[in-house]
Amino acid sequence: MNAPAHPTTGRSLWRDAWTVLRRNRAAVTALVILVVLTVVVVVAPWFSGHSIDATDWDHISVPPSWTGGHWFGTDGLGRDLFVRTLHGGRVSLLVGIVATLVSLVIGVTYGAISGYAGGRVDQVMMRIVDILYALPFMFLVILLMVFFGRSIVLIFVAIGAINWLDMARIVRGQALSLKNREFIEAARAGGVSPARIIRRHVVPNLLGVVVIYITLTIPQVILVESFLSFLGLGVQEPMTSWGALVNEGAQEMENAPWMLIFPALFLTITLFCFNFVGDGLRDALDPRDRGAAS
Amino acid sequence: MLKFVVRRLLSAIPTLLILIALAFCLIRLAPGGPFDGEKQLPPEIEANLRAAYHLDEPLYRQFGRYMANLARGDFGPSFQYRDFSVTELIRSGFPVSLKLGGLAMLLALLIGVTAGSVAALRQNSLIDHGVMTTAMIGISIPNFVVAPLLILVFAVGLRWLPAGGLGDGSPRHLVLPVIALALPQVAYIARLTRGSMIEVLRSPFIRTARAQGLSMRRIMVLHALKPTLLPVVSYLGPATAAVVTGSVVIEQIFGVPGLGRYFVQGALNRDYTLVMGVVVFYGTLIIVFNFLVDLIYGWLDPRVRP
Repeated sequence: MNAPAHPTTGRSLWRDAWTVLRRNRAAVTALVILVVLTVVVVVAPWFSGHSIDATDWDHISVPPSWTGGHWFGTDGLGRDLFVRTLHGGRVSLLVGIVATLVSLVIGVTYGAISGYAGGRVDQVMMRIVDILYALPFMFLVILLMVFFGRSIVLIFVAIGAINWLDMARIVRGQALSLKNREFIEAARAGGVSPARIIRRHVVPNLLGVVVIYITLTIPQVILVESFLSFLGLGVQEPMTSWGALVNEGAQEMENAPWMLIFPALFLTITLFCFNFVGDGLRDALDPRDRGAAS
Repeated sequence: MLKFVVRRLLSAIPTLLILIALAFCLIRLAPGGPFDGEKQLPPEIEANLRAAYHLDEPLYRQFGRYMANLARGDFGPSFQYRDFSVTELIRSGFPVSLKLGGLAMLLALLIGVTAGSVAALRQNSLIDHGVMTTAMIGISIPNFVVAPLLILVFAVGLRWLPAGGLGDGSPRHLVLPVIALALPQVAYIARLTRGSMIEVLRSPFIRTARAQGLSMRRIMVLHALKPTLLPVVSYLGPATAAVVTGSVVIEQIFGVPGLGRYFVQGALNRDYTLVMGVVVFYGTLIIVFNFLVDLIYGWLDPRVRP
């Protein structure tokens, strides 16, 4: 019934958004940088000729040089910092994306059900979110890391499982306003089951908001992972991440400042670009919010 | 207003109880005990230790005991710092953290609101773009990157300020930690203020005030400032939580003997009572602060009061 109306509005929204986004030079630049960075981080370690944990006994803690073979220098164990930084990037980006997907699935499901159900159910479900919100967030993640042991899969789950609250709230608000729209009512009158209405009609109409929050959640998650790794609670040797590298660098910064500067630069640029893309998307997809802060 | 206060209070108390229960369960479910050390303890001694700390009792009895003690302000003994109670550790660590966090908050509000207002009044000017780009950088660079960089530049390089510790307690030691802690909040508050002020300046009541011929200064102070600050006030809750979390890593980097450092040590050592004490303490602080922020908001903006 509503099938013809739905794709038309959806497509024009996305086309509009693309037009606005393309005009936002900062966002486009950030997007290009992110794509290049991702490709480099994924591909370059194979071609660098160094491995992540191999010690170069002749070059321990040497500064960066183009000719010496270690572009970013080496750390106190003679490991090539270029390769380590890129490997750290793989872990950080992977955690960012996977944990965001986990939080996306939980948040969208929870929020859509809560908003669509409304009434008592909604009140109870949102009360639970409020309570979880009041919990000191880092503490819970730290606790889960201690509890489950420090494996990378559990980092995904732990961060994702805690980061879904914002998503749930936003999705719930949208679902609440969607549920009284005519096309939902038509579906209900047509005898479609609530689960199916949520899946086929509510969730697709939330995608705009969800996309914005994905781009804003990924940097948050990368930040949490770096925070954990910085405190020594994240990924373990010989694997590394930007947070762990910044921690190593911070301890050696008086003798070997490059150990701090390169990972810090990569981490910061990535976060910076994600925030710019997220902001650009918000302007593009949600004109009401234009100019307002997060 | 009284009804509003009571209702907010009724929602804060269960939150607190659930927080305590959740923290209690998670800590007790975690594998590894407080007596795991380098040396394996003889089983008899470990059994005695467990009995002394009531760890051999069923969980619900332990929880009841913990709640009863909490009600008296007693967080129990620390498992790692044998000679101290958790209450004593909190009492020694918290004033330092409070000073650090309070100053950071104050700095963030002052600079954030000023920068945001200036940017809003000169929208799309060079100043505006400068402030917004700086704010974006401030949000993007994490605390634990800013802090070592500050040390590298101002302590190691220029030698203007001490790199860490509290030393003789002079304010010089607090400068770098406070800046590192405040920076992301400055950025958030500046962005919030700018967005909100732009919206306020466009609203009809400002246009009316202008039409009446009021000076811009008068309009700003009497009419625009209060509605502009509403979102900033409601952000104070999350800001507190962020500053508390940030202080953990900042205290670690700068070697400040605050509560955040105890917390990290406690988490690494599985010091049950200390970790729980800190979480309950900070959780309570955040919940109480959110409650106060709600009240202030309700007082400022009658629309949210039922």
